[in-house]
Amino acid sequence: MLSLNENLAREIRAHGAETYPHECCGALLGADAESGRQVRALFRLINRRVDSPRNRFSVTTEDVREAERSAQDAGLEVVGWYHSHPDHPAIPSEFDRENAWPWYSYIIVSVMKGRAQNIASCRLADDRMRFEPERITAGAAAELSR
Amino acid sequence: MAVKVLIPTPLRPFAGKRDTIELKARTVGEALGSLTAEFTELRKHLYTDDGRIRSFVNVYLNDEDIRFLEKENTPLKDGDTISIVPSIAGGR
Repeated sequence: MLSLNENLAREIRAHGAETYPHECCGALLGADAESGRQVRALFRLINRRVDSPRNRFSVTTEDVREAERSAQDAGLEVVGWYHSHPDHPAIPSEFDRENAWPWYSYIIVSVMKGRAQNIASCRLADDRMRFEPERITAGAAAELSR
Repeated sequence: MAVKVLIPTPLRPFAGKRDTIELKARTVGEALGSLTAEFTELRKHLYTDDGRIRSFVNVYLNDEDIRFLEKENTPLKDGDTISIVPSIAGGR
């Protein structure tokens, strides 16, 4: 279960709409609690894929380290990543799976014709064979998790 | 050579929940080999089925990417630190 409050969900959707028709990306800063994983802040990143930003995203190692430093400064850790799927559902692709790390939460926001739609989260199964859906909770965000 | 391997957060559940593993090895490749021999669940996250380091796995010796050194053949000396740093990528 992933706790994501309405403001943060709105921020992810806004980021996806801003960069449309390109994919947006960023880090989820938060913590794991007994009740589940909580996202407490976002760290926006620039999509470094200049060759195909409409259907791919990547960030540099330095971006990853910067996100980790930002999390540490706030007493948090990077618990996952988000990106958008322009004109595509919020369903992880095979490419997403091939590039995924275990443990992290991966949030995807669908952006259709420039308008952000639903948000979904998933985690890579330990055997790397599939993504497992992760339920999003907290206000309106819960309704967005499908 | 006695070296340290820093384990990134997403891989710690597969490395006995440890953030640092100390081991002895002569090269980076040997160190990663020892690491995955001890923690077998790590292997599929670090290597492809045909035994190559996955493209989204970055390995640094001290602060240098081993791709710009001698890759897995990069020699080690006592006190070196190997870091495994995630690359993050995806797309529809």
